[in-house]
Amino acid sequence: MLGVRCDHPQQVEDSGALFMPTPKAPLFSGLVVMERPMRRLNWERVVSILLIAPAVIAIAIFVYGFIGWTAYSSLTKWDKLLPDFTLVGLSNYRKLFANQRFQIDLRNTVVFTVLFLISCLIIGFVLAILLDQRIRGEGVFRSIYLFPMSISFIVTGVVWRWLLNPGSAELGSTGINALFDMVGLGFLKTGWYTDPNIGIKAVAIAATWQMSGYTMAMYLAGLRAIPEELREAARVDGASEVQIVRHIILPLLQPITLSAVIVLGHISLKIYDLIVSMTGPGIGFATDVPAYYMWDTTFRGNHFARGAAVAIILLVMVAVLIVPYLVWSTRTEAEV
Amino acid sequence: MTTQTRKLRRSKKPPLRWQRVVLYAVLVAFAIFYLMPVYVLIATGLKSFAEANLSRMWDLPKGLHFDSYVKAWFGSEAEGFRGLNVNFMNSVYLTVPATIISAMWGSINGYILAKWKFRGSDVLFPLLLFGMFIPYQSILIPLVQTLQKINLFGVKFYGSIPGLILAHVIYGIPITTLIFRNYYAGIPTELVEAARIDGANIFGIYRHVLFPLSVPGFVVVMIWQFTSIWNDFLFAATVTSNPATQPITVGLNNLAGSYIVEWNVQMAGALLTALPTLLVYIFLGRYFMRGLMAGSLKG
Repeated sequence: MLGVRCDHPQQVEDSGALFMPTPKAPLFSGLVVMERPMRRLNWERVVSILLIAPAVIAIAIFVYGFIGWTAYSSLTKWDKLLPDFTLVGLSNYRKLFANQRFQIDLRNTVVFTVLFLISCLIIGFVLAILLDQRIRGEGVFRSIYLFPMSISFIVTGVVWRWLLNPGSAELGSTGINALFDMVGLGFLKTGWYTDPNIGIKAVAIAATWQMSGYTMAMYLAGLRAIPEELREAARVDGASEVQIVRHIILPLLQPITLSAVIVLGHISLKIYDLIVSMTGPGIGFATDVPAYYMWDTTFRGNHFARGAAVAIILLVMVAVLIVPYLVWSTRTEAEV
Repeated sequence: MTTQTRKLRRSKKPPLRWQRVVLYAVLVAFAIFYLMPVYVLIATGLKSFAEANLSRMWDLPKGLHFDSYVKAWFGSEAEGFRGLNVNFMNSVYLTVPATIISAMWGSINGYILAKWKFRGSDVLFPLLLFGMFIPYQSILIPLVQTLQKINLFGVKFYGSIPGLILAHVIYGIPITTLIFRNYYAGIPTELVEAARIDGANIFGIYRHVLFPLSVPGFVVVMIWQFTSIWNDFLFAATVTSNPATQPITVGLNNLAGSYIVEWNVQMAGALLTALPTLLVYIFLGRYFMRGLMAGSLKG
């Protein structure tokens, strides 16, 4: 309702005290009191709009304008370096969904997202519960679990490419496979990302390594917000620790799980850097994803319209996840 | 209160010894899992070329050899690959100005959205935030075309560091604005009103009340922006194609994608790439965490 948050009625009263009406002119006092702060607020309101305007304009052009531009491009014939904006309707999309590589990409994205989400949530939750048991050196453990977050997916990809390198006949086992041999778990050896049946799942291992600590940190923050009295009361009622986790902690952490699903989900739909540095599209596109396909077909193949169509599909997938969350989270914030 | 009940709980029900042992064993096992790649990174980087054998990846280095780092940093003319030194400096020239500009800009936006709400600002805010979740593929084609057209005072924006700075500053607006807005919303409005009574205007309130209290906010935002700009690959690979202007993530990817570069040099390069953000994490981890939490909106 209020235009500017600063112009509370209280404010006017306060400044009224500064401009005490003289007894000689009681009739005009109200005017004097009202006029000055109002005029000042007006120019300040203009200034406040001017200050936020550059950001609003930049986002309007570089986010919404550009998305519109990409969407328009996806409806054209633009198939070489030189733009060709002849409209062809939805034919790029039709061709895409019939395209075998794109079908594999979509399947890979689903497999990757499900695996990555589930493993991050489980590992993150378990680690948070364990760390919440008054652990000596908790800070050290926390830092170790979380540090992968701070490094680039490119670094992660380079390292994990070698870790999950299955080796060869002349080299013998390398990386994790060699480690399995050393500890007597040789039967677990596989071809990792070089095995078309594993493919993208191997990339999900590296991604989980990088992001599960983040999930742990979110859950831990949530756990610390649950009052100890609540658990204590349950214990007094004879609940076991497992029951407490199952019936008290899990339900209370549901909002955290939702946030984690949204954050991890949009990262997983957009995953690109890790694929580039770890595997590339792989044999038979076993590790290809839409984000990689988009870059490949647009900037290497110069199929701009097709690349734009992939980008728009990617955007729609992310928007389906993000928009309800954004609306919900800014709404609940406004209620508080 | 909490510590009291915790003490109470401890005295009432002493945890079983073997349970604690299992607990610590699981935690240590996970720590080993997270540290395993770091071990390989460091150990391999320190091995001599003769020692760096893929099938003996897990062996400890027999001595300290810095050849791999030297080669990763300076490159090798004989073998025909570039070192990362130029790319490292490019990343510095990109990250430092982009971080400072986006922090300043975010601070102003956050100030307005937290303390000068206007009609429609509640609608504007989520629209702004959407910008940080979009897959950047959906703006990449227009971005390249636009940068190709920008030529300010003889500075080309496509294929150059200024172009990358522009991209990172603009696409950094949502997150920097979000962090500052939430930070400033936590500063009591009474302080603002007190300054008003003292005659401060919109600039004075920022200059004398909010800005001096902003240091933690700036630290969080700058760490966040520093990390994400340093680690970015998509913009860097799309906007810069000349190896002499590419940031370090692209340089590392080229190094690692080349068949002539030994894998221990690749590992050394990976560590050089990770080092700046790792150091920030080690020394300013607390603030890093806050940025992360802001990234999930409801901090």
